[in-house]
Amino acid sequence: MATLVLIPVGVVVVSSFLSPTNDIWQHLIETTLLNLLINTCWLTLGVTSGSALLGVSLAWFTAVCEFPGRRIFSWALLLPLAIPAYVTAFVALGIFDFTGPVQTLLRSWFGSNVSWFPDIRSRMGIIIIMILAFYPYIYLLARNAFLTQGKRSLEVSQSLGLNLIQGFFKVTLPMARPWIISGMMLVLMETLADFGAVAVFNYDTLTTAIYKAWFSMFSFSAASQLASLLIVIVFVLIIIEQRFRARMRYSETKQSGQIVRIVLVGWRAWSVTYLSFSVLFFAFLLPIAQLIIWASHAFTRNFNQHYFELLWHSLLLSGFSAILICCVALSIIYGARRHSNSATNIAVRIATIGYALPGTVLAIGIFISFAWLDQWFGRIIMQLFRIEIGSFFQGTLLAMLFAYAIRFLAVGYNSIDSSMQRITSNIDEASMGLGIDGFKMLQYIHFPVLKSGIFTAAVLVFIDVMKEMPITLMTRPFDWDTLAIRIFEMTSEGEWEQAALPAVTLVLAGIFPIMMLMKKTEQ
Amino acid sequence: MLRNYFDYYFTVIFCCVTLFGTNVVHAEQIVVFSARIEQLIKPVFDVFTKDTGILVKFVTDKEGALLARLKTEGKNTLADMLITSDAGNLWEAAREGLLKEVQSETLEKNIPDYLRDPQRQWFGFSVRARTIVYNTQKVKSSDLSTYEDLADPKWRGRLCLRTSKKIYNQSLVAMMIAEHGEVKTEQIIKGWVHNLAIDPLSDDTKAMEFVAAGKCDVTLVNTYYYGRLIEKNSALPLAIFWPNQTSTGVHVNISGAGIIKNTRNERAAIKLLEFLSSKKAQHLFADLNMEYPANPEIKPDPIVSAWGNFKHNQMNVAITGELQTTAVKLMDRAGYR
Amino acid sequence: MSTALLQLVGIYQTFGAQTVISNLSLSLEKGEIGCLLGSSGCGKTTVLRCIAGFETLSAGEILLSDTKISSVGFSVSPEQRNIGMVFQDYALFPHLTVAANIRFGLHRMHFTMRTSRVTELLEIVGLVNVADKYPHELSGGQQQRVALARALAPRPNLLLLDEPFSNLDVSLRERLSLEIRSILKDQGTTTILVTHDQNEAFAIADKIGVMHQGKIQQWDTAYNLYHSPVSRFVADFVGQGVFLTGKMLNRYQVETELGILMVNMLHQDTALNSYIYSEGSEVDVLMRPDDIVHDDISPLRAIVIHKIFRGAEILYTLRLSGGGTVLSLVASHHNHAIGEGIGIRLEANHVIAFSQVAL
Repeated sequence: MATLVLIPVGVVVVSSFLSPTNDIWQHLIETTLLNLLINTCWLTLGVTSGSALLGVSLAWFTAVCEFPGRRIFSWALLLPLAIPAYVTAFVALGIFDFTGPVQTLLRSWFGSNVSWFPDIRSRMGIIIIMILAFYPYIYLLARNAFLTQGKRSLEVSQSLGLNLIQGFFKVTLPMARPWIISGMMLVLMETLADFGAVAVFNYDTLTTAIYKAWFSMFSFSAASQLASLLIVIVFVLIIIEQRFRARMRYSETKQSGQIVRIVLVGWRAWSVTYLSFSVLFFAFLLPIAQLIIWASHAFTRNFNQHYFELLWHSLLLSGFSAILICCVALSIIYGARRHSNSATNIAVRIATIGYALPGTVLAIGIFISFAWLDQWFGRIIMQLFRIEIGSFFQGTLLAMLFAYAIRFLAVGYNSIDSSMQRITSNIDEASMGLGIDGFKMLQYIHFPVLKSGIFTAAVLVFIDVMKEMPITLMTRPFDWDTLAIRIFEMTSEGEWEQAALPAVTLVLAGIFPIMMLMKKTEQ
Repeated sequence: MLRNYFDYYFTVIFCCVTLFGTNVVHAEQIVVFSARIEQLIKPVFDVFTKDTGILVKFVTDKEGALLARLKTEGKNTLADMLITSDAGNLWEAAREGLLKEVQSETLEKNIPDYLRDPQRQWFGFSVRARTIVYNTQKVKSSDLSTYEDLADPKWRGRLCLRTSKKIYNQSLVAMMIAEHGEVKTEQIIKGWVHNLAIDPLSDDTKAMEFVAAGKCDVTLVNTYYYGRLIEKNSALPLAIFWPNQTSTGVHVNISGAGIIKNTRNERAAIKLLEFLSSKKAQHLFADLNMEYPANPEIKPDPIVSAWGNFKHNQMNVAITGELQTTAVKLMDRAGYR
Repeated sequence: MSTALLQLVGIYQTFGAQTVISNLSLSLEKGEIGCLLGSSGCGKTTVLRCIAGFETLSAGEILLSDTKISSVGFSVSPEQRNIGMVFQDYALFPHLTVAANIRFGLHRMHFTMRTSRVTELLEIVGLVNVADKYPHELSGGQQQRVALARALAPRPNLLLLDEPFSNLDVSLRERLSLEIRSILKDQGTTTILVTHDQNEAFAIADKIGVMHQGKIQQWDTAYNLYHSPVSRFVADFVGQGVFLTGKMLNRYQVETELGILMVNMLHQDTALNSYIYSEGSEVDVLMRPDDIVHDDISPLRAIVIHKIFRGAEILYTLRLSGGGTVLSLVASHHNHAIGEGIGIRLEANHVIAFSQVAL
């Protein structure tokens, strides 16, 4: 299974050796490569650590504490997930840029000298924007960890003389590590793969260089070499993490029943409320408000029956992909569990690497694999029945679903795998001793424990697929548009106002599963 | 449990339908791979279908992705035609052997030499002019002259540019290389970079907004972006200046099309190409996006005409493809991001 | 004032409308091992959690070394009480090794001292060879000892053990409970243990409180609980025994099927409760299995209706001629079949009687 998923990534790596690209490398090394690497490092470091900081602290506040508005914030803080990063980036730039309303207003108040206003077009600016767009991955997973962790460990640390804050750092946090690391891996890969947001900021990263080598210098080989470099980076990180985790386990023997929340009072409570609100404001309310304003301008012109079709297509694809990916992720996790050794573990982790590749590069890898499959299949049919079928596999929804599975396996895998850490092999053995095995074990023993992980995975995949562009563009059947494609068409011509309507629809369609998810985990 | 079975059942049906349903090819239809977005081509296709009865199916994507797809699909491709929004990618498609030579008097008559491939593998159908836009409150039109002049130290801190990653700038620089050679062009680009008021921006509209807001005074944009911006807010202190009128002329690029080598509907595809060069289609094709028709017989949209006539750079647009990689590297060296 | 290390003074704890602990008092001397014995849901774990500071009181107060640590609306936070706790599920930190688990509570100690303290504890609990393993790699008994060592490491004023042996198999329980008692006594650690298993309580504790419905029924030594239970509940809960109905002849004597018996009027040590009943009243007399001795030549006969073989001895359930039932613990070579009649003799100076009306 893992190998199947690996093929497209393999295609990318292999095609990097196909034709010589010495001149392009020579050129890159002489000019921009160092800068690209520095930029990429800063961006991934900044975004991953920043998202972890924000995601974990918000998750802890909403999972363990009580403060004004906690109920609303606990699900609302996930909403930024529904907004594609490039939309957040574009809106933020539109508002806080030199030409935007904020700076224009400031100039009209204080005259032309408002250079004290922080420049959003900076490394810090793009990092903050991407943190706001990506922190929900960590928030969601960490919250899951905190909610299921119970208070027991914290009580132990208290009885050993540590106060709550020390306990948080020495116990709660380390024990939530698989979840937090999973979330951080997702953010890291998403950051590495991002093209939209960095393009809006004209911030050069490895990914922008990949696109440049391919689209501007007409060298797919150079592009895939750069992509292979990206793969190597992620691969090394995965290995390091595996080594680090080594023999540790995270399963708690028993969970203590009801959650007794730590009630925050006074300035503490209000500063948490304030923090939550400002995150929500900048990451969700502001972009959505801007989108709605734009959409209302374009509404009468653009809205028609066609939109329901787009919406239906998006929902259909996302729904089926969510189911498919959860199934694939589960079977991979079980495979790795049965034959647990470091080789399979690493193979499994590599299978999820598709998430770190820029969408279009992976899309091509997938496309090439499908084309081979088609040619091979076509030849067989030709020999058997003497009929020519042309392409059989390409341009079908089935192919699309597979493509999504390859891209978003990491999302499903990471969410489910961290819950799997809870199930010790003792539980397996105990249930096998009771004659419960195979599918029954999954149904009665594992599913109840994995439920929240699977559901989280499904929702994340659902939303990610809905936002996805390059693979959708390349693998969709004729006349089969989705909301994301409509957004692409409009934004590629700079028609942000007209892109707003599909974008708002997309966000709204993403909100419902998020709210469902929160309701589930809140119980 | 029952619901699971239902899901399973539904998936199977769903897959079968999609597996066999989408690839049935209609007899009288052609398939277009288009980098020009749906809104700008569908109306044209609709008219074509109404006139000829030939159905047009199309997918839109980025140029690079479409080319890669064509290359991979090879003989199996369903595509009959490729439409792009620049000459460079058509040139690349031709170089990769993806396109077919087309013999058509109509096309040769309707489309001027410099807007089509010398080997007749692709043709431009609309003209996109890249010109100077300036802040009318801060710059007199008499201060402006040429693209090259923007490298002059007098523009220090007054220039805004879109990123060099955009093909329009790559094409412009490619043309300049063809004209001046690499050494001189590199000096000019370095001059531009030196004169930048802020880091290069992500799109033309942003660049004009910065000019209007007074952060910088001049920029280079495609005219239709200017048209769209002014349509939204006519009060902006922006105006078009046509550069290089006393020398080579304004840099133009094309949005064009070619027929795929492995087409199975060549006749219908040629019909569509010829239709695109006709008066009816030219109006639609160009006017939908406030571009200039490639056919010199056809007058542009009144709004576009109001920006005045200008001399095109008559160098063949194929040059932009040939020199694109060189241009990209040159801009990297010059520090133009 | 008093020499008690720990004092609970009339504490109440309510959870919503439900009263979990009501008017509970106890005190524990320094170095003593106390035990709360009761069936599940009697509130014994909640008492521990109140002492540890995880629960707040609804009334009453808790003093540690004469310093108030909990009262209504006041609570020294758990980490400042220096009270160690071993949880029922051990709650070892799965991400830390054995040594790191034990070191966890030593953060206030000087760095160089920590390592020696950890080694010391590993030696005490006999786990030196597994110091670098992770908890999931240990057996249940080993995990238990790690949990104990971790709690003991910071030298707590008071140690709380919550059902410490419930996850272990029976053979291990007995051995470990003796082992732990000797460790605790060696260290002089004042301890409160909570359990539902009286054998465990008898093996470890100096004083045992039998808890029922949030109250301590009796706080006493194991001997007194067994021989002088203050209530029918305690009599029932602790040890085995049956009740025979009897009639008070006077304040000192009761007439039963087994003859006229002397009634214990006063509790052994304290005057807490006396068993004084008026003449002629109907009472239930507690008969322990060791009160009835097998004696072949005794004229008193009873029929075996049930027997449990216990190795060294057999526990017989016997029916008396009058219809009453008694238990008898007999050396196991006296093997009698069910239905057989055997001779028995009463061997008790004083018996305990309870009035027939439920308390």
